[in-house]
Amino acid sequence: MLSALHSRKGVQLVLGLVFGIAFGFLLQKGGVTKYDVIIGQLLLKDFTVVKVMLSAVIAGMFGVQLLRSLGMANSHVKGGSLGATAVGGLIFGVGFGVLGYCPGTIAGAVGNGFLDALVGGVPGIIIGSGIFAALYPRLQETILNRGDFGELTLPQLLKVSPWAVIFPLAAVLTALLWAIEHNW
Amino acid sequence: MGWLTAERWSPYSVGVGIGVLSWLTFLLSDKSLGCSTAFARTSGMIERLVRGARAAERPYYKKFTPTVDWQWMLVVGIVIGAFVSAKLSGTFAGEWVPATWAGAFGSRPVVRLAVALAGGIILGLGARWAGGCTSGHGISGTLQLALSSWLATLCFFVGGIAAAMVIFKVLA
Repeated sequence: MLSALHSRKGVQLVLGLVFGIAFGFLLQKGGVTKYDVIIGQLLLKDFTVVKVMLSAVIAGMFGVQLLRSLGMANSHVKGGSLGATAVGGLIFGVGFGVLGYCPGTIAGAVGNGFLDALVGGVPGIIIGSGIFAALYPRLQETILNRGDFGELTLPQLLKVSPWAVIFPLAAVLTALLWAIEHNW
Repeated sequence: MGWLTAERWSPYSVGVGIGVLSWLTFLLSDKSLGCSTAFARTSGMIERLVRGARAAERPYYKKFTPTVDWQWMLVVGIVIGAFVSAKLSGTFAGEWVPATWAGAFGSRPVVRLAVALAGGIILGLGARWAGGCTSGHGISGTLQLALSSWLATLCFFVGGIAAAMVIFKVLA
């Protein structure tokens, strides 16, 4: 663990910026900073978004699990519940379809020059986050903890080692990408 | 250096690049890629400007303080990285209305802006409600095999496909 590096605040802010530049560069080169590409995915006409996401997940899960096995990375698994994750996920999905960008790709869209992202979408996301912050105490009491399952992972759920999930999952996701690529 | 000026890269190369980037964020920053918390912090900063210190007393802003952090810088970086990439390939263009939208609903900016604002509000609310977005849950969480993230990502696409189909197949 590079704990000394992790605790250097100024360096980390610079690293965040550098990682962001690389992320934004990749998103733009992938075409996913474009409304037309994202909406094409949601209309099931253009599978670029799924191709980018699934190949990121396949590559990412091997490397991150290897780092974890070597004791060089911590887990950053988010907890969840039906009331928060499923309900929030569906709300997010509707916003995703209406806006045609997500919080990461909209930053890329702004860099790409898309003014509907800068003038419409970004203020909207900030307002929506503010609404959630205002509602949070009430939601916390009522819905967010319904059906709580905590920071559970698929290997924990299946009671197997992470690699026993990663290899078959990578095979399934690769087969899915192959099928999409060959218009099945 | 033709690859730097190429308009598009293979989605698989881009995806693997993002996967490798996630290794580096875990290793060097002890963080996973995510974006939506930065928008919540920004809303806290703006609310503090408008309402003063009282705003920071909201329990949500105690959990996610209205400050510039690693992820906030990441989002700023995305804007810069996409700008550089678009400039290099000559695809940077100020555009008010995307082509798909214009084809179905016309090219008046005000209509698209109103819909983008409304969509953004729903998206921002949903991202905080679900505790993550297409990067935090959709990439970083799923690659860690988190149950919450696989469920969230499924719901993102179910909701997104439903909304897009209604907009373009029913309303258009």
